Amino acid sequence: MVTLNVNGKQLQADVDADTPILWALRDTLGMTGTKFGCGMALCGACTVHLDGAPIRSCMTPVSAAEGRKITTIESMSASRVGKAVQAAWVKHDVPQCGYCQSGQIMSAAALLASNAKPTDRDIDAAMSGNVCRCGTYNQIRAAIKDAAATLSA
Amino acid sequence: MRTAFKPSRRNFLKTSGLVIGFALPGAQRLAEAATPAEFKPNAYLRVGADDRVTVVVGLSEMGQGVHTAIPQLVAEELDADWTRVRVEQAPVDEAYKNPIFGIQATGGSTSVNGNWGPMRKAGAAAREMLVAAAAQTWKVDASECRTEKGAVVHKSGKKLSYGKLVAAASKQPVPKEPKLKDASEFKIIGQNLRRLDTPQKVNGSGKYGLDVRLPGMLTAVLAQPPVPGGKAVSVDDSKAKQVKGVRQVIQIPQGVAVLADGYWQAKKGRDALQIQWDKGANAGLSSEGVTKMLTEATQQEGKVARNEGSVGSASGAKTLEAVYEAPYLAHACMEPMNATAWVKKDGIEIWAGTQSQGPNQGILSHVGSVDPKQVKVNTMLLGGGFGRRFAPDFTIAATVLSKMAGKPVKLVYSREDDMRAYFYRPASVTRFAAGLDESGKPVSFTARVASPSIMEASGFMKLPPDGVDSFAVEGVKDVPYDIPNLRVEYSRQEPGVQVWFWRSVGHSQNIFFSESFIDELANAAGKDPFEFRRSLLGKQPRYKGVLELAAERAGWGKPLPQGVHRGIAVAQSFGSYVAEVAEVSVDKDGRPKVHRVVAAVDCGEVVNPEIVKRQCESAIVFGLTAALYGRITFKDGQVEQGNFDTYPMLRMSEMPKVEVYIVKSKEHATGMGEPGLPALAPAVTAAIYKATGKRIRKLPINPEALKA
Repeated sequence: MVTLNVNGKQLQADVDADTPILWALRDTLGMTGTKFGCGMALCGACTVHLDGAPIRSCMTPVSAAEGRKITTIESMSASRVGKAVQAAWVKHDVPQCGYCQSGQIMSAAALLASNAKPTDRDIDAAMSGNVCRCGTYNQIRAAIKDAAATLSA
Repeated sequence: MRTAFKPSRRNFLKTSGLVIGFALPGAQRLAEAATPAEFKPNAYLRVGADDRVTVVVGLSEMGQGVHTAIPQLVAEELDADWTRVRVEQAPVDEAYKNPIFGIQATGGSTSVNGNWGPMRKAGAAAREMLVAAAAQTWKVDASECRTEKGAVVHKSGKKLSYGKLVAAASKQPVPKEPKLKDASEFKIIGQNLRRLDTPQKVNGSGKYGLDVRLPGMLTAVLAQPPVPGGKAVSVDDSKAKQVKGVRQVIQIPQGVAVLADGYWQAKKGRDALQIQWDKGANAGLSSEGVTKMLTEATQQEGKVARNEGSVGSASGAKTLEAVYEAPYLAHACMEPMNATAWVKKDGIEIWAGTQSQGPNQGILSHVGSVDPKQVKVNTMLLGGGFGRRFAPDFTIAATVLSKMAGKPVKLVYSREDDMRAYFYRPASVTRFAAGLDESGKPVSFTARVASPSIMEASGFMKLPPDGVDSFAVEGVKDVPYDIPNLRVEYSRQEPGVQVWFWRSVGHSQNIFFSESFIDELANAAGKDPFEFRRSLLGKQPRYKGVLELAAERAGWGKPLPQGVHRGIAVAQSFGSYVAEVAEVSVDKDGRPKVHRVVAAVDCGEVVNPEIVKRQCESAIVFGLTAALYGRITFKDGQVEQGNFDTYPMLRMSEMPKVEVYIVKSKEHATGMGEPGLPALAPAVTAAIYKATGKRIRKLPINPEALKA
């Protein structure tokens, strides 16, 4: 049994310490917004925030999260940055199949939380760990810039 | 794995531009289930007393925007208030069969093409019934009434919203041939309306197959044979069963499944299995062997796919020959294959992101020995499809496991399982020969295609009597250029690997082959590749139209920055025409960088221009990923790729600028899920030729061969 702080709530999960955060969230806690893509931190679909920093939850065991704060897509609308990013995603109609977009949004929100005015190069660096098989990269870039503009307004 | 996949119709994928009548069987029966608070004239829409319009779509949403485009067709003729339109995924039912396939399924860029007429009629019929209801209520003639934004309006100015007419409209007869609007009256078709599926995809609430959770459900992970066609001869599951949370180990034809409380436990259990495999006939399979087999086959005469004039008697002043090759490819959908099945006493229920509800209903009824009507298919959002989710391997395996376990079972492929499940775009080799006359005009063109047969692999089609697999030759067979002597042959070769439909199917490699060879001919003739094509497309106005528009918008012939070069290619697939110009540079290590792609599209009448553009861009990324990196290879029978480290995807930092321009057209609407893909690779490699003088004849592009 481990105790996880997810989106501000203390939750008990009956999982082994080596269980990746991803599967504790999805299978044990029933929070399916965070997606499984590769299991090897190669695609970014499983991105969540651990104490505000983006991590790949498919490779990070729950033991690494004890006493720390996990933030997932389900609570993005609760933060100013997350809300702006989601609004920009809607405005630009970014998703196609949508499966990677939770991870994309988590990476983008982490970028904007630490860098209010990212350059194209900053966006490349922050987002190149997130694969989109539908090829929505140009719309993601536009949405990030739009969210940055909203946040600095 | 070969599957018994037998839908009712043999002509399943014949895209003959067939448009069926409005009265799809079952439409009326589903309509009768309406509650009194709703007006439900047919299976495709409901109007609520609250003015809410629900469009029920039988097609799968896999990113292509069909859950927005189909509602636009219905809403246009209904004169609905778009802000009150929502979309609902249909169950599996005859009413929702794909008009082109004759069975409920999504693929082949058929959705808008096939539903352009039927879904507009569904909306128009409802509109006429609402008008009749209002006229009756007001005791006026229906001809004095019009409709706008979800309301009927009388010439006197009286107005009733559709929601107020629900009861009265339900009593009206359903018109058999409702009047459709003229395109000049369109207010919703042709508009860049926002996608109806976006909100759930940005807040994590959208439910994909992998997100299904049922009470008492077990999660299964499968140990698949390491070689296609291999079989487990002995299984030691003692260590697997010691893993906490593992409940059962079950052997099925597709491999050995470990069932556990969740994915992580099931995967740990699967990895702890000790299995001895009989690798079977494919133990020695190698990619070198596949290349040799296909290449040698092109040295022999094949089955004739097209024959015009006499290539034998036409000898040009200059002759060219070239051999092109493309590898096996995996689809690599972001959501790995998965399905949840529950075999109950009274039938089977399945939850899956599937492109083939109709075929699945038939197949699973055999698996579970029940009537097809007892198979309920719940279509979830698809985390990518690209043809892969047309296959029933994961739904069959989940159903077998649920039946054997006596519980609901969610079968999940790991990324590696997904990539090694042997549903690949076929490897293919094509040998070309051509002759040019003294003026540089091509006088003869021969192509010999050697590849496995998707038709035979599909389980629901057979090679036709002429022995030509239409998927294997599409894109080479229909080379559009004005060449008097032309011959295309096909040789079926089966190295032993299951092949499958992959975004744009045969066009995905064949347009690379044929358009690259045309580029070679242009070069040999000393002509500009755009002008060369243009001069040979006099009888092909739609090809020519997109070619000219792409060249114009790309600034063909105008100067580019130092080191950047252009290539051009054009293709028709699934009835849509696309030309693309790529701007590419190659660095000293031979790595190509695509800076910009300009595409011109003619897909007939357009439902949602922005979705058309996004689909074209999406297909460009898919094609570029394949051209740069895509390759499934075999060594000692085993697939050498497993995850995104060995099967790389295009990333944000590599993304070119993309511009898509649409030709204004009154032709019948055709699909855009796939047609943006084929022209990309030959446009890029033509630009690489300009940059380096080196001709790429084998994909993926090998930077070693391009080093300065």
